[in-house]
Amino acid sequence: MSNIPSDLQYTRSHEWVRGLPNGQVEVGITHHAQEALGDLVFVEVPQLDRRLTAGEPCAVVESVKAASDVYSPVSGRIVASNDDLAQRPELLNQDPYGAGWLIRIELDTSAPRGALLTAAEYAQFLAE
Amino acid sequence: MPYVPHTPDDITRMLDVIGAQSIDDLFDEIPAALKTTTLNGVPPALSEMEIARLLTERAASDGRSLNFIGAGAYEHHIPAPVWAIATRGEFYSAYTPYQAEASQGTLQLIYEYQSMMCALTGMEVSNASLYDGASALAEACLMAVRANRASNARRILLPRAVNPTYCQVARAITCNQNIEFAVVDFDRREGRMPLAALQAYRGQDFTALVVQQPNFFGNLEEVDQLTDWAHANNLLVIAVVNPISLALLKPPGEWGGLLAGKRGADIVCGEGQPLGVPLASGGPYFGFMTTRMQHVRQMPGRIVGRTEDTEGRPGFSLTLQAREQHIRRSKATSNICTNQGLLVTAATIYMALLGAAGLKCVATASVQRTAELVRALMQVKGVAAAFDAPRFHETVLRLDRPVAPVLAALAERGILGGLDLGASYPELGNALLVCATETKLDVDIDAYARALAGVMQASRDARGAA
Repeated sequence: MSNIPSDLQYTRSHEWVRGLPNGQVEVGITHHAQEALGDLVFVEVPQLDRRLTAGEPCAVVESVKAASDVYSPVSGRIVASNDDLAQRPELLNQDPYGAGWLIRIELDTSAPRGALLTAAEYAQFLAE
Repeated sequence: MPYVPHTPDDITRMLDVIGAQSIDDLFDEIPAALKTTTLNGVPPALSEMEIARLLTERAASDGRSLNFIGAGAYEHHIPAPVWAIATRGEFYSAYTPYQAEASQGTLQLIYEYQSMMCALTGMEVSNASLYDGASALAEACLMAVRANRASNARRILLPRAVNPTYCQVARAITCNQNIEFAVVDFDRREGRMPLAALQAYRGQDFTALVVQQPNFFGNLEEVDQLTDWAHANNLLVIAVVNPISLALLKPPGEWGGLLAGKRGADIVCGEGQPLGVPLASGGPYFGFMTTRMQHVRQMPGRIVGRTEDTEGRPGFSLTLQAREQHIRRSKATSNICTNQGLLVTAATIYMALLGAAGLKCVATASVQRTAELVRALMQVKGVAAAFDAPRFHETVLRLDRPVAPVLAALAERGILGGLDLGASYPELGNALLVCATETKLDVDIDAYARALAGVMQASRDARGAA
């Protein structure tokens, strides 16, 4: 059974979004996504300050059998990326909602908010 | 047992299953007006005996010319063992086998090839080869755009003295991927790219600088200066090199470093044909590409790695496949994944047979033979050197009259006298690109010089008479 924390929001492409106290958001891939990919061997995170539109590919996660794009769930500017993943990509498998976070984004308030899923909706989506 | 995969019986049974009357029914959706029913210009089928006879006659019409054309494909002596070994049943395939790991011998050979190319170019990692030198440059440009994260542009500085065919192919392959090339001119006296020509681009966002060494004219670029300039301006350096020349010249992995701490080209590519592959009217050849570990995930093509099995025994496997097209589809690092397995086999055997010392002999002899050729041809009235720069085994001569008729007259005497540069470089006037490798003996060079003197004199006489 997939681990889907109730305090996060989700996308149909298996990213999660966490609102941070300073208004920025943290983004990663879900427990389900890391499980489907298998052991991750490489993570490519984007350049700082890059501007993203919701739905745009922003990172690549690579396992021994596949390399997959991670799509930005929101629009905004990249303010941080998880440098630990360069040396320890396995963090994404071990702790996808914590130490395996990918990027932090400062939201572009002028851009329309994309429709994100609640935990219950994401669980329902996985069940389908 | 039938030789054909589908007998008429098989076809009927398959059509029955899907409920179609004929194979043509499967192509119903193509409007009749678009279908061709006859193949104009394709003659009727021939028997094996007839086709063998026809092709033998055609092959004989190639003649046995004395060849002084280089321009990207070079005639070197290929020791007999190279193709005797490469065509053994164990090796004789163009393909990396499916279930590659079941073919440890093939993988080991590719691994040895990669190791040799890394040593030759001074780089850390090599792929298992690409289609040819020209497409290798195109792939290197695309790779540079992926790899250079300091640049937001998709713009490449491309010297005009880079092989024009490579430039054309690079443009063709990248034209629908928003990649822009800015052409950097060469110095008319030296026939190479001066550092000053790059200054105009300082401060602009470019992804990479292409440096061909030796360049298309055979001249040696000032690679250290050019590499340092590129790195100081956040450009990657794409080196295009002749592998034989690397037996004598500084490997691209060590270019630069005159001022800055950072040194070496970032991506090295080129044409592998000089390493044991015959000219064969233009192909097949193979491209090579090496880079630094830092960029390995952006390198197209396959890579063989050395590993251990569960019992600790050494073995070879395909590695870093996750970005190849069978997995990554349209987002693969390349969708021209052809490696040239058979030609790489020949090249690996060639390099192993010659060794470092042998390659150096080939390179040195080629340099000397070209020097001899230039000396001999410059004695001919109406022939002058076009450039004043150090060179490898190729150079540009300037004639006092149009090149094409001279080459045609030489061809009648059984001599392929070089490449007329008029079409690609009209600014050079009557320019002729000539090359001599170790295969050209004194008698060959004498024969060329005498023939050229005869041709030039004859056309002077003809003009005098008219």
